[in-house]
Amino acid sequence: MTMDAIFKVTGVTAMLLTSLSAASQIGEPFIHDPSTVMECDGKYYTFGTGGGGLISDDGWSWHGGAVRPGRGAAPDAVKIGDRYLVAYSATGGGLGGSHKGSVLTMWNKTLDPTSPDFAFTDPVEVAWSEDGDDCDAIDAGLLLDPTDGRLWLSYGTYFGFIRLVELDPATGARVEGNQPIDIAIDCEATDLIYRDGWYYLLGTHGTCCDGPNSTYNIVVGRSRNVTGPYLDKLGRDMLKGGGKMVIAARDNMTGAGHFGRYIEDEGVEKMSCHFEADFNRGGMSVLAFYPLLWRDGWPVAGEAFREGTYEIESERRGYALELCVDFQRMEGGKHRFWEPVTEPLEPLKLQTLDDVIGSWSDGDINLRIGDYMFRPHQKWTVTAVPEAGGYLTSPYFKITIEGTERALAATADAEVVTVPRYTGGPEQLWRIEQLVDGTYRIMPKEVPGHDGELVLMSIADSTPTLGKFDFNSDNCKWRFRKP
Amino acid sequence: MICFHFRSLQAALLLAMSGISAYAAPPALPGTMPNYFEQPSGEAVAPDSEGFIRRWLLLEPIEKPNRSNTVFTDSYLREAFNTEYFKGQTTVVPSAGKVVKVDGKKLRWHALDSKLFNIKLFRFASNLEKPVYGVLFWAVTVIDCEEEIKDVRLAVGSNSASMWWIDGEEVLLLSGDRRMVVDDAMSRRLTLKKGRNIIRGAIINGPGMSDFCVRFVDDKGAPVTGFTVEKL
Repeated sequence: MTMDAIFKVTGVTAMLLTSLSAASQIGEPFIHDPSTVMECDGKYYTFGTGGGGLISDDGWSWHGGAVRPGRGAAPDAVKIGDRYLVAYSATGGGLGGSHKGSVLTMWNKTLDPTSPDFAFTDPVEVAWSEDGDDCDAIDAGLLLDPTDGRLWLSYGTYFGFIRLVELDPATGARVEGNQPIDIAIDCEATDLIYRDGWYYLLGTHGTCCDGPNSTYNIVVGRSRNVTGPYLDKLGRDMLKGGGKMVIAARDNMTGAGHFGRYIEDEGVEKMSCHFEADFNRGGMSVLAFYPLLWRDGWPVAGEAFREGTYEIESERRGYALELCVDFQRMEGGKHRFWEPVTEPLEPLKLQTLDDVIGSWSDGDINLRIGDYMFRPHQKWTVTAVPEAGGYLTSPYFKITIEGTERALAATADAEVVTVPRYTGGPEQLWRIEQLVDGTYRIMPKEVPGHDGELVLMSIADSTPTLGKFDFNSDNCKWRFRKP
Repeated sequence: MICFHFRSLQAALLLAMSGISAYAAPPALPGTMPNYFEQPSGEAVAPDSEGFIRRWLLLEPIEKPNRSNTVFTDSYLREAFNTEYFKGQTTVVPSAGKVVKVDGKKLRWHALDSKLFNIKLFRFASNLEKPVYGVLFWAVTVIDCEEEIKDVRLAVGSNSASMWWIDGEEVLLLSGDRRMVVDDAMSRRLTLKKGRNIIRGAIINGPGMSDFCVRFVDDKGAPVTGFTVEKL
């Protein structure tokens, strides 16, 4: 693809993103078979098929520039100590071609190609397949086992088995004498992750490389042992084709594949993948991120946060974030419930902003958390602010009272308030992230005078504030409900 | 035996002459009030193990008729609580037994230690045979800190609405028709200064039960107990 073509696509994308829910990254996030995203010196990196890869300063806006020699297919990466190990594969052609594949690994102290320390070591072959094998040794997936520090590589495609070998975490080379173990069949683009005593094998099913018609989708099985057996939720072995869906086509994008997990914080996890065709960008293959949720011990992609008007409900008590203004009672609609109704029942009119805004202060208005009554002082419109940048799953948002410019803002004393008019200041921009349990954390881009990250929290049932995030406390969690 | 009685009489006379009133029992609390309150000891006390402040000076209720608690909007409460009912209501630490006049009625301050984590205003009023519905209570206590304590929050639950001040500065308003819930609402972060800190609250209620609970919590939400509550 020429640069002209890329610019045209990008321009169309920008227009579309203004009217659609932002679901995949902006900039030029064009990639196929992305590796697990690595953070290095404050920037994010991912590598793809064909060499090179993408870089992002904030996780939301991506552009080319990452450097990976060796070309080949479907790399993966893992950080071990203070070095990065990158695995990639030399393919014999795949699909209708040769299945003589080879997986290689190499090290680098940094992923920043402008750093004087940037230098890949010579690649080392760690796994291979011959044309006669029931395996195609490409599509590397790396796992550094957090329980014992052992390093594992899964590889393979639809052409036979997914195989597992052990690598030396000190050298990146194959452990001497180690023999491949078959752990799945008829899937590809595998990745291994570990959580709470379970090993999870993520693999891709469906049709690859068919643009808008790609049915690629990511499934999972799990095992108590890294060597398997990996069973899906029904108990089917992935060696027999089992797998529970993690993500498929969505948000005008088809062909989800090449899972990667990114742990941002305790309880804040993201998954990366490519979509083989982004309908909003002419069918380009793009990098995308979604919240990674865990339900009953199974990973599943959460939802990209969608603009809209919501009740913002505290997980602590279930009350709703609201302005500290007088509650305006509604007239009518009260019946003597012990008497039969004879008159026709007409719908009650909802209280509107015009009914109440005259009683509100024109200046800053404090916040509290109270009984949700779908009243105007409780309805929050969440709107993306694309020009303000973003993070791994979304752009920043402004949060305003519906029908007004009155905006939620962080204050220098680490409290929250609403200001009468949104001005675009970083204290009025909010990062909204779905947590592994499906709730959300809400974090200002900046808190004036504070360096650390603080989140919106319920310090009391009825009192919001800003504080340090603690996934194990419901005080730090919120839900967005349609009013 | 005769000798014993003589010595007892001598002891009683000596105590009476020296002015020591340890033998003078405090007036008994009326009705069922002893289920909820006791007379404060003569010493400063710590908050309870969960940080709740149980010692308060309570003013007999001011009549403020309301048939429903739904009228307690922020505006209503600010007007109700900023109305002067008696002199020095936002500044003075009254002494137990002192009487103030509100609308021609004499209302007495009572120093009490609650036997519960919360202060049962309804039982306080009903046992004194005062109005229990449509009422406004004032509550005052004084805490002593050996050192300054930073980044604490006043945590209040009240039935129904209430407003709270520390050293005369408003720090918290609980509006609406409320039930008493522990840590229902909290002030912003504040500093308790070394020495005396005066906590004052006004609690308003229409029909139904009335009570409140108060404690300080630290930046992790844990109760603050490193202070004493003065003898009142």
